[in-house]
Amino acid sequence: MDRTSEKQQSSLMKNALIEALISAAIALALSIFMIGLRTSTATGGLVLTYRIPLVASLVTLVFFGRLAFNLFWWSRSTVHTKGPKRRGTRKKQLGTGVLSLPRVSLFLVFSLPIILFVLNAKLNLGLPLRYWFDIATLVLTYIMLGWGLNIVVGMAGLLDLGYVAFYAVGAYSYALLAQHFGLSFWLCLPLAGLLAACWGALLGFPVLRLRGDYLAIVTLAFGEIIRIILLNWYQFTGGPDGLSGIPRPSFFGLPFKRYGDNTFHLFFGLEYSTLHRILFLYYLILILALITNAITNKVRCLPIGRAWEALREDEIACRSLGINTVNTKLTAFATGAMFGGFAGSFFATRQGFISPESFTFIESAIILAIVVLGGLGSQIGVVIASIVMIGGFELIRNMAWLKLVFGQDFDPSLYRMLLFGMAMVTIMVWKPRGFISRREPTVFLKETAL
Amino acid sequence: MSEQLSWKETPILDVQSLTMSFGGLIAIDDLSFQSGRQDITAIIGPNGAGKTTVFNCLTGFYKPTRGRIDLIHNDHTRHRLEKMAEFRINNRARVARTFQNIRLFSGMTVLENLLVAQHHQLMRASGLTIGALLGLGSYQFIEKQAIDLAKYWLDKTGLITRADDLAGDLPYGDQRRLEIARAMCTQPLLLCLDEPAAGLNPKESNILSKLLLDIKHQEKIAVLLIEHDMSVVMEISDHIVVIDYGRKISDGTPTQIRNDPKVIAAYLGVDEREEASK
Repeated sequence: MDRTSEKQQSSLMKNALIEALISAAIALALSIFMIGLRTSTATGGLVLTYRIPLVASLVTLVFFGRLAFNLFWWSRSTVHTKGPKRRGTRKKQLGTGVLSLPRVSLFLVFSLPIILFVLNAKLNLGLPLRYWFDIATLVLTYIMLGWGLNIVVGMAGLLDLGYVAFYAVGAYSYALLAQHFGLSFWLCLPLAGLLAACWGALLGFPVLRLRGDYLAIVTLAFGEIIRIILLNWYQFTGGPDGLSGIPRPSFFGLPFKRYGDNTFHLFFGLEYSTLHRILFLYYLILILALITNAITNKVRCLPIGRAWEALREDEIACRSLGINTVNTKLTAFATGAMFGGFAGSFFATRQGFISPESFTFIESAIILAIVVLGGLGSQIGVVIASIVMIGGFELIRNMAWLKLVFGQDFDPSLYRMLLFGMAMVTIMVWKPRGFISRREPTVFLKETAL
Repeated sequence: MSEQLSWKETPILDVQSLTMSFGGLIAIDDLSFQSGRQDITAIIGPNGAGKTTVFNCLTGFYKPTRGRIDLIHNDHTRHRLEKMAEFRINNRARVARTFQNIRLFSGMTVLENLLVAQHHQLMRASGLTIGALLGLGSYQFIEKQAIDLAKYWLDKTGLITRADDLAGDLPYGDQRRLEIARAMCTQPLLLCLDEPAAGLNPKESNILSKLLLDIKHQEKIAVLLIEHDMSVVMEISDHIVVIDYGRKISDGTPTQIRNDPKVIAAYLGVDEREEASK
């Protein structure tokens, strides 16, 4: 534009670089003794080992992290205050930065696990990676379920208390198809989604005329019906014994096995590690969740997405505007159910064993709580709520230090539900419309006018 | 004389013996009237006369107990409104309506409200969503056209500067006009307005009257309105139908209605002696 803004940009860059350098220096000073040196017991007594690469990588991480924050997060308010504030342009600028926050976090969720894995293997850090990856996978599963349910509850405004039914349909579809017909995971995944979508539409039909509380009761009943059928149809579903020996996913036909001819680690010339499969599952659910998000975001800006939101706002007005509310509701149910089905088949392949126990009402309640706490209709809210709730659950499980306060018999995991309830009440008082209650419009007049 | 007969000769809406009863209560009793193709037709009557019930029958929200409602397009095709589902009445027969208590999508922006109104065309252009998801078809182009139509109506209603604001944040008078703009974005042939001037101050009523006259003269769209504000009704309507207790008591031009003793009686009540002497 003009010279002043150019000047502003360059001075901003300079300041950001200086700041980042200072931060890196502090990180170096702190880490050189605490992390750079390690004593370990060897045969002849204590031995000092130097871990220079680790310190170097930490310092670079601090440098670039700080730089990114300076440039693209903290400074945003100072850069764009010039001129009248326009919503459309703000969105544009957020989207065009190569290092905008969503991109940085996306880069981190993709790169961090593999970096950790490699560092852990090379430098022998002894990090509990398996546990971390498992939690990350669990959180991502709930994020995906939350995003799926968000279509039904957040966008279309149809209160669904039986969402876990579609999760179950997806899981059992994969397990049964794989066991009886020997179909691979990649073939079963769309089939499971399709079956779940059919069930979604099937549930949709009887509840079309219902709203609010009545709809919630019917969906709750539907969730229970599915679970009870799974429990009692012994010949087909294995009843309470569940289904075991569900095939594990393969990396494009390469199984994650220690022994065998054509395994993943042999093909890539790696040393065998059980973490390979865990890591693969992490990336699998990450990609599935991102696909869910991408499709939802795209559909939001299409007529069907706007019709869903309009349905939430006022159903009678929708009908007067020529919207077929029957079809609109059915598509919302079916789309939400489809993503639930995808997540279900992922769950089945990850666990290798499923039983009706995994699909109880509490699961529906947790997913719904994630959507409501995150803010109805907000995609990023679901992510925050999933991390807080599912991650929080795990955190409580590990609070062994509480035993020091409450005595040796104290088991923190028993109080999870209490804390969970308290957290929910607190959030609902503090932010009644969820973490993120702001809705981003799907279209701007000003952008299209330019 | 020819002026009076215009709605009889080429009606766009022809209602014959419409009856609507809820259990034992007869809300509309054998009501017949026509509405002209180039006219603003007003339905007036005291509170509880059944005006909104007539509208709900016309737009498919109620299924009439008896009677026939024809909507006649310019090419003489007839649509039997009483047999159609409400969303088809908008799509096929091209009748749009507004509501007595404003029903906007208040959590969505003004522009989004107007795009939802064009759902039918946009949905077809998006190839039932799948086409647009895969980037096929001409969805972008059709959406651009839809935004242009929305802009046209925002200009007409004077809401263009507020296009990106939430509909629920608009002042009351603007919300009324936005509802009309939204109905017009469905590209109707008959626009039904349920008390559009309710709650408006005189200045806003004036703007509304101008807008309705503009819809009549520029867009050549027939308007049917229920209204209590007699200054608006008398100023803009070409034809007035008066109903009381579900029956039509008078039907004619504003001048005729103004001088009809039955209308005056229904609105002001009659002296018992006067009634007896008749």
